[in-house]
Amino acid sequence: MTDTLPQVRTTDPDHLAAGAPLVLAQKVEKHFGPLKVLKGIDIAVPKGEVLCIIGPSGSGKSTFLRCINQLERIDGGALWVSGERVGYHRDGNKLYELDDAAIARQRRSIGMVFQRFNLFPHLTALQNIIEGPVQVLREPAVDATKRALALLERVGLADKRDAYPSQLSGGQQQRVAIARSLAMRPELLLFDEPTSALDPELVSEVLKVMRDLAETGMTMICVTHELGFARDVGHRVAFMDQGQIVELGDPRTVLTDPREARTRAFINAVRH
Amino acid sequence: MTAETENLIIVPRRHFGRIIGAAVVCIALAAIVRAFAVGQIEWDYVAEFLTVPAILTGLVNTIVMAILAMVLGITLGVVFAVMRLSANPVLSNTAIGYIWFFRAVPALLQLLLWFNLALVFPTLGIPGLFSFKTVEVMTPFVAALLGLGIQQGAFTAEVVRAGLLSVDNGQYEAAQTLGMTRLQLLRRIIMPQAMRVIVPPIGNEFIGMVKLTSLASVIQFAEILHSAQNIYYANSRVIELLIVAAIWYLVVVTVLSLIQGRIEAYYARGVAAPAQR
Repeated sequence: MTDTLPQVRTTDPDHLAAGAPLVLAQKVEKHFGPLKVLKGIDIAVPKGEVLCIIGPSGSGKSTFLRCINQLERIDGGALWVSGERVGYHRDGNKLYELDDAAIARQRRSIGMVFQRFNLFPHLTALQNIIEGPVQVLREPAVDATKRALALLERVGLADKRDAYPSQLSGGQQQRVAIARSLAMRPELLLFDEPTSALDPELVSEVLKVMRDLAETGMTMICVTHELGFARDVGHRVAFMDQGQIVELGDPRTVLTDPREARTRAFINAVRH
Repeated sequence: MTAETENLIIVPRRHFGRIIGAAVVCIALAAIVRAFAVGQIEWDYVAEFLTVPAILTGLVNTIVMAILAMVLGITLGVVFAVMRLSANPVLSNTAIGYIWFFRAVPALLQLLLWFNLALVFPTLGIPGLFSFKTVEVMTPFVAALLGLGIQQGAFTAEVVRAGLLSVDNGQYEAAQTLGMTRLQLLRRIIMPQAMRVIVPPIGNEFIGMVKLTSLASVIQFAEILHSAQNIYYANSRVIELLIVAAIWYLVVVTVLSLIQGRIEAYYARGVAAPAQR
């Protein structure tokens, strides 16, 4: 309430023209014991942007994603989503830690898709999708089911409504997981290496769903190793290494003609 | 070469060890059956006393006590398992202390402690509001329920904790991401999955509880063994009445085993689900 957004400058002011960024990170730090995983992340993600984060494992890209929806608590700096400070309520010069209910409320508008899908194994595809809307948003089951069936249709799995996750392929499970996130009507979707656990022939079906989503104007932050996806779908690409954003900009520039030697080395290594 | 593959008869291998083993077991079983048949057991009495009212009342009391003590035990077990996994050191250490004490002290001793509570606290209640005479409240039924249920809670807490830990961390994260509160997440997502791990040992403990209720005969609770003893004190048919009680325990435990199988199948859905058509 008393929390006003600070003024920010980004490398790409065009994306900010529409107004305040949906996600804003300032000097975000995260430590695991003595290990500094994030060493001051600054970035602003405007509404409707698809930001792809690439980088070697251990560079902190997944950790940054997990900080945005409070699966990790940040140790320094500040994060805002939709103009609201993440994890704290500010009053004067004091920051009060939010209680569980408030944290849960902040998470509702943020969807997350995990590397290992994390579907609920005891629920069918349909039940997985309506669980959030019915239990958290208190939506009537009839309405939630109607929307869930439309979402299953959209990810091409209308015939799998009664299948349990164990009866689905990895690609199908990930598409159900995306539908489950969408059922919460999120403002922002986080993808944490969504295709890394998939057999190679199943990657494209998940990427296609993500591509379609990007076209609808959904704000997406994707940690990914799919450089082709980052180039074709991403509005911007960030390269992270050792807890910092080393390079951020237009996908073609970052992926084909990077400014930094570290970025070039990584991209060459990924491309063989 | 065809002679090597055609018209040859395969002679099965002889398992002499198995034949000898089976023979020994059969002889032993026959000896046991014969011993009981010619022993000093009046089987007519067994049949006669199997369904007398005192025995049936004892049977009902045994079943009711086992169910109530398990309900109390499971409730306490869930509460203390969640406490034990809490980040709050007061809660987790309290749970550790509870589990330590009630697992360590023998059930029979605990029953005697509860039954004799009046020696320590002559009255129970909140001063100024209400109070009861302990002897009146602490009937054999209440003492047995508290003694059995509370010690069961200590064992169940460990079973539930193992179940909760068996659920993948990604399940907590996925549920949190949907905006679930901790209670919603435990009830809707974690417990249903933990149940698959929890149910088999709980079924085992339930069977144990049915038999453990026999300890309550010591504090005059009229369960089936107590009823059987009361009858044989009068008519001296000791073995016959013990057999009656044994038969009923067998029946109850058999029924429980069947129910356990059904519950296990229910919680295994999604994991061992039949293939889709």
